[in-house]
Amino acid sequence: MDGSGLRPLAGAAPPATRIRGGRLAALGLGGLVLALLAGALLGPAGVSAAGLLATLAEALGLAPLPEQHARDAAVLGVVRAPRVLLAAMLGAGLAVAGAAMQGLFRNPLADPGLIGVSAGAALAAVAAIVLGPGLFGAAAGLLGLWLLPVAAFAGGLGATLLITRLATRQGVTGVATLLLAGIAVNALCGALTGLLVFAADDRQVRDITFWTLGSLGGARWPQLPVAALLVLLPALLALALARPLNALVLGEREAFHLGIRVETAKRWAVLLAAIAVSAGVALAGLVGFVGLVVPHLVRLAFGADHRIVLPGSAVLGAALMVLADLAARSLAAPAELPVGVVTALVGAPFFLWLLHRRGGAP
Amino acid sequence: MIEAVDLHVRAAPGERMLIEAMSLRVGAGEVVAVAGPNGAGKSTLLRALAGELRPSAGVAAVCGVPAADWPPRLLARRRAVVSQAVELAFPLTAAEVVALGRLPWHGASGGGAARDAAAVAAALERAGVAHLARRAYATLSGGERQRVQIARALAQLDGAEPPTALLLDEPTASLDAAHRAGLLVTLRGLAAAGTAVLVVLHDLNEAAFVADRVALLSAGRLAACGPPAAVLRPAALAALYGIPFRGRPGDGLLPDFAAAAATPTHRRR
Repeated sequence: MDGSGLRPLAGAAPPATRIRGGRLAALGLGGLVLALLAGALLGPAGVSAAGLLATLAEALGLAPLPEQHARDAAVLGVVRAPRVLLAAMLGAGLAVAGAAMQGLFRNPLADPGLIGVSAGAALAAVAAIVLGPGLFGAAAGLLGLWLLPVAAFAGGLGATLLITRLATRQGVTGVATLLLAGIAVNALCGALTGLLVFAADDRQVRDITFWTLGSLGGARWPQLPVAALLVLLPALLALALARPLNALVLGEREAFHLGIRVETAKRWAVLLAAIAVSAGVALAGLVGFVGLVVPHLVRLAFGADHRIVLPGSAVLGAALMVLADLAARSLAAPAELPVGVVTALVGAPFFLWLLHRRGGAP
Repeated sequence: MIEAVDLHVRAAPGERMLIEAMSLRVGAGEVVAVAGPNGAGKSTLLRALAGELRPSAGVAAVCGVPAADWPPRLLARRRAVVSQAVELAFPLTAAEVVALGRLPWHGASGGGAARDAAAVAAALERAGVAHLARRAYATLSGGERQRVQIARALAQLDGAEPPTALLLDEPTASLDAAHRAGLLVTLRGLAAAGTAVLVVLHDLNEAAFVADRVALLSAGRLAACGPPAAVLRPAALAALYGIPFRGRPGDGLLPDFAAAAATPTHRRR
């Protein structure tokens, strides 16, 4: 990228690079821990470090909770801890999904939105808000508060599967067709969402707007296992795609020449990204630009090797999402900004800068 | 060892035939050059032999096994391919591109980081691009990129169990005269070490120099195949390309552009 260092790719790593890799991992994880601490301690209802330690000690059964830390323990236990952890998992999932899509589409400006995840999830979520019990009837009663996330998850995954099916001929998924089918399905979902918004009443429109902007305000403990299974786990599995994605940097034919099962890799990349992003949208609404910008930052800093880009995106995405959520609940305290607004406010100008920079490059 | 037996390849099922009834064998230690007019099926033949395209009839085999039946990774440890004008999706250095050639060897016994690093360094040296190792691939000239891709293929076959196969699609197209000569000598060296080399070439003098046999393709069929001196005769080439040729194989065999210009009725393709 900048020629400043020979960054061996694809396993040509002399021992020195292994150590460098270890240092990178330590640096990233250290940064993530700092972000998590900041997320837990700072904010409108501040928590002292002593309070955090006392709460941890009590949770681990090491020491009873001292009286003066009862309030801190309550803040951490009820809202802060699940919120920070959900933010971290969401950031990791979105960023890894973005990195995988950029590698798959061989385009640094690609984003999981291209394969219809966000539009499909939004359509289903808006349908759940507007039509709600009327349409889903017994299911709505059964699912209760989970109706919206379940609908969003199904909608996101459904749109992606539809697009993938449309772009696959004789077992070969055409990446250009995938892109075009994605544009069409995105437009269709957008139009149907518009119809629903048109039919919605004022309260529903407010709900839709709030959901569309994304928020972690609703984070509670019961969501964490769901996020771990459907956001974090797919992201971790996607780390195994580093080798095929590295080969795809050369092109699909060249990747095959290097022994990669290209169609299998494509399917896994699309599936894992769709699951992670659908679940992320289901749990926190639409949070944009994380999947687009974070992999870029990692590439700018450490080069384009996917063995670094994928885990690096997970760690940086997690840290940045925790900080974005911290900003969302601190900047306008006691009110809360939607976290999607914060990520877009930071991410969109950065994206434009990238476009400008790319346009100026030879 | 690469072999096509009564090979038929269609553009797509039910569509027109790109390769018809073609049989061609490249033995270990042999260099076969493929030449012919544009659209004759040279690249299609190469892609079928590489395992990219499934034959609609007949066999395209590498080391005795149909190329499409090989597990991709094991095939990649036997045969390397140099395509035309490879562009990168993300910025990598030349050394990183060459290191991608080691991908099929990850997890192989006797592999390992040190082995890969040695293979990359040797390939960079052999392709004459060691001085470009740290340069960004995107900043290299067309010829330099081509040599980096050749180095990647060399790194891929480094340490491979013979017999191995190397397929190249117009590798000299963007190289200067000195680097053309260097590449052709490298190909002869690989063949001497037991590799079967199939190379698509437009320059018939290069074909005459490097090849043990030359295969001339015309409209998806094998028009002629044999030693350069027997195949590259001006009369036969004139019939194939529809343009007069003069000179002798290996000694200034050239299309006669002046004569072609003077006879505007020649068959243009």
